[in-house]
Formats: sequence, structure tokens, C-alpha cells
Amino acid sequence: MKYLLLKHYRGGPAPAVDWAPMDQWTPEEVDAHMQYMRDFAARLEETGEFVDAQALAPGGTFVRYDGEGRPPVTDGPFAETKDLIAGWMVIDVESWDRAVELAGELSAAPGAGGEPIHEWLEVRPFLTEPPTVTE
Amino acid sequence: MNESLLRELVPAVIGVLVRRGADFASAEDAVQEALIRALATWPDDPPRDPKAWLVTAAWHRFLDAARAETSRRGRELTVDAEPPAGQAPATDDTLRLYFLCAHPTLPPGSAVALTLRAVGGLTTRQIATAYLVPEATMAQRISRAKRRIAGLPLDQPGDLGTVLRVLYLVFNEGYGGDVDLAAEAIRLTRQLVALTDDPEVAGLLALMLLHHARRASRTGPGGRLVPLAEQDRSRWDTGLITEGVAILQAALARDQLGEYQAQAAIAALHADARSTSETDWVQIVEWYDELLRITGSPVVRLNRAVAVGEADGPRAGLAALADVSPDLPRYAAVTAYLRERAGDLEHAADLYVEASRAATSVQERDHLTRQAARVRQRPRP
Repeated sequence: MKYLLLKHYRGGPAPAVDWAPMDQWTPEEVDAHMQYMRDFAARLEETGEFVDAQALAPGGTFVRYDGEGRPPVTDGPFAETKDLIAGWMVIDVESWDRAVELAGELSAAPGAGGEPIHEWLEVRPFLTEPPTVTE
Repeated sequence: MNESLLRELVPAVIGVLVRRGADFASAEDAVQEALIRALATWPDDPPRDPKAWLVTAAWHRFLDAARAETSRRGRELTVDAEPPAGQAPATDDTLRLYFLCAHPTLPPGSAVALTLRAVGGLTTRQIATAYLVPEATMAQRISRAKRRIAGLPLDQPGDLGTVLRVLYLVFNEGYGGDVDLAAEAIRLTRQLVALTDDPEVAGLLALMLLHHARRASRTGPGGRLVPLAEQDRSRWDTGLITEGVAILQAALARDQLGEYQAQAAIAALHADARSTSETDWVQIVEWYDELLRITGSPVVRLNRAVAVGEADGPRAGLAALADVSPDLPRYAAVTAYLRERAGDLEHAADLYVEASRAATSVQERDHLTRQAARVRQRPRP
């Protein structure tokens, strides 16, 4: 079963720990945070559970169709109040419980002072192919 | 020499290496490397004796790896460089590989991957593509699985039930990139039927053939799901159905009923009917009763309610749902169907919407959304 671990810049439940923004950490703390993410991904590759990890820049815009022959309408940059996705990791694991366990570990990435930042991660199952045997 | 013939040689070649003294994990690695080389070189330069070629190539790979390992550890190489040409029957080797690769201590996903590689002769890349994960991830999954079963004796009978579950999982995965996993599962189950003497193995093969026979009719334009009732039955593969029914009848005659035979019996009754209205639903309910007795599975109870709804009317089907847990994945979908049949359109549409939210596949979700839309369009009485 594949699951998406979704990391938000903004949105989701209220933060459990009110940690300072990353630019206020020491460079070593930033490095330690990044290294934790890389180690985590490497460990999942080792266990045969890693599928993909990507990060998104915060900038961007909403775009929509505005009728034949007209340029698309854009709306942005995102308002401060909007949910903003920072990136994701895709895992392929044996159970929902394992997905939750791994999300918990990823959320323990260290921040200022080397303490876990306790950030909320959204866990979402992928829709799959329908099974061959259906009735 | 085509690729599938080459793949059929893989378990036997692993068996030869193990008999010459190689451990399973190293033998399997060596054969995989030889296989990849064969796939690259044979099209231009086919060997006269493919199996001998693979054995020689894999054995040299194994010796190279073992020498590198012994010099790394400063230990003696314990296998003979020139082994005696012992000839144990290859069928036993292959059967043992089934048991080992689907060992009950392995998580299902790992057992599937290892079975496809060591018994099915697929490359890591093909398996990774089929399951949509990176090749490195799949390689690790396989080597972890091998570490987990390292040291298990190869010469003991294994758990046939786990082997069948693993093959059933592969079959249910359907298409996967350039590998047709359903066809591969059928090939591996067919081979297992030849190696064993258990009516449940035959039951599983019959079940697969009967479902495979309907494959072309199961999807419509754009990959949309076509439910059994609406399938174009003229597109069912009658050859596969005939074969599946014959295998099932021979299995049932042995009077050792199991879950796969019971499921195959239900599939056979569907395959035998020209339409849902001509389907022998009473007998299907009886088979569900048997299946429930064998498995006690809540999913079977749910599917049984659908059959009861066809045999005795939607009210009876809804009544049969009384002792089914509403937490089951397809509970809302089944309830929606029965409610619609009972004329309760308002509830049915809402339930189809609820069911679409609970769907686990895109096709199923889209199908249920269409059902909700269709019921909402229906004139109210």
C-alpha cells in the first residue's frame, strides 16, 4: 500500500510546538534537520519502503481556464491564510499502522536546539488499481 | 528463445547452484545476474543449451562473489570449484523455492517480490516497474527478504496456504507495466499444480482462469469499470472458462473443499450464465454459505448479502446485511445497490456517494460516482 506523507508550510492543525522559523536556527541546526530527512529517506530505501520524496518552493500561483482564446487567469501569490504544501514523501508499506509510525518518525526531525519540531504531517492513502477478483 | 522460456529455467538453475553448495541468497543473486546478461546477449548470440549456459554463467558469478567475500573476510572458500554433477529432480527444487520465497515469516509484499524473482524469473527492474517503486527500493526489499529467510533449510515442506495467498496477491495486482502479473500468477500456479497434489492449488488455478476469462469485458472505454451485470458476455474467453470448469470439477470430485475451490465454484456459476437474470443465484448463495463456514470472513458475509439480494430479493439482501460490519470497505456500495433495487432511490444515491468516498481505486470511485449520478437522474415514483 502506498501512502503520501504530506508536509505543509501552512495549514493543518495548530502546531504542537511553536518553533521559530528555520531562518532563525543556526546553520548547524538547519544542516541537522536536512540530514535527518536524508537519513530517513535512506533508511526507507534500505527497508524497501521508499518511493519518492520531493520538496516544493513556497512561491507559486493558482491558474484557471478563462474561456476560448483568452489567456488563463492567475491568482496569487497564495494568501497568508491559505494551506501551503511544502513537499511530500511517498512510501510503500505493509499497513496503515506502519505508515503512521513512519510519519511520526519523520515528524521528529530536529529543529532549534536539536529538539524534535513535532510538525504535523498529513498521511493519505493512494487510490490503487481495482483487484482482479471483484465479486 | 523467448523471454518467458528463459524465465522458466530460473528456479531450476537456482536449484542446481544450491545443490552444488551455494546458499540460497547468493545463488539467487548469481542467477539474477546471469539472467540479466542472458537477456542482453541471447538475442544476438543464442546458446545451444540455454539451461547449461545459465548454470555455467551463474556458477561463475557465484564463485567470483564467494571468492571476493572470502578474501574480504580472510576465510576459506568452502564450496568445490568443480562440483560433482549430482542430479536431484528439478521439480523438487522448484517446489522448495515456492515454499521458501513465500515463507510465513515474510511480510506479504516481500514474499510477492521474492517469488516473482526467484520462482518467476523476473528481473528486479520488472518487478519494481510492476509495483511502481524505484528499482533500488525493490532490490532492498528482496535482499532484506532473503536475509530474513537465510539459514532456513531448503529441504523441508513449507506452508502451501501461504504460497497460494502470495500467488493470489500477484494475480489480483493485474497489469503492471510490461509484465502481465495476472498471466504470470496463472503461469506460476499452473506450474505449482504440476508439482503438488492438493485440490486447493487446482481450485486457485480454476479461480484465476475463470476471472481471467472475463478480463476483456471488465473494462470499458477509458479504462472504466464495467460491473458483472453489464459485461458483454460474448467477450468472455470460453476456452479459459472450459479449462477452469474442468479443473474445478476434478478438484471438487476429491471431496476436500477449501476456500479457493468454493470461490472458483462461484466464479464458474457466473461464467455459466448468459445474463445475471439467468444466473443460478440460489446455488451461489449455497457456495457463499460454504465459503463462510470455511473462512468466517466478513467480506464473504458482505458478498453473500449481494447474492441473497439476487436470489430472494433486495429486502432479503438488506436483512442479510444485519450481521455485517458497516466498517467494511464495500459496505456502503452493497447497501446502495440493494436500496436502489428495493426502490429506495433517495437513500441509494446518498449511499453511492458515501461509497465513492470510501473507494480504494480510481475506477471504483468513478464507477460509484456515476451510479450516484444515475440514481439521482431516475424519476421518482
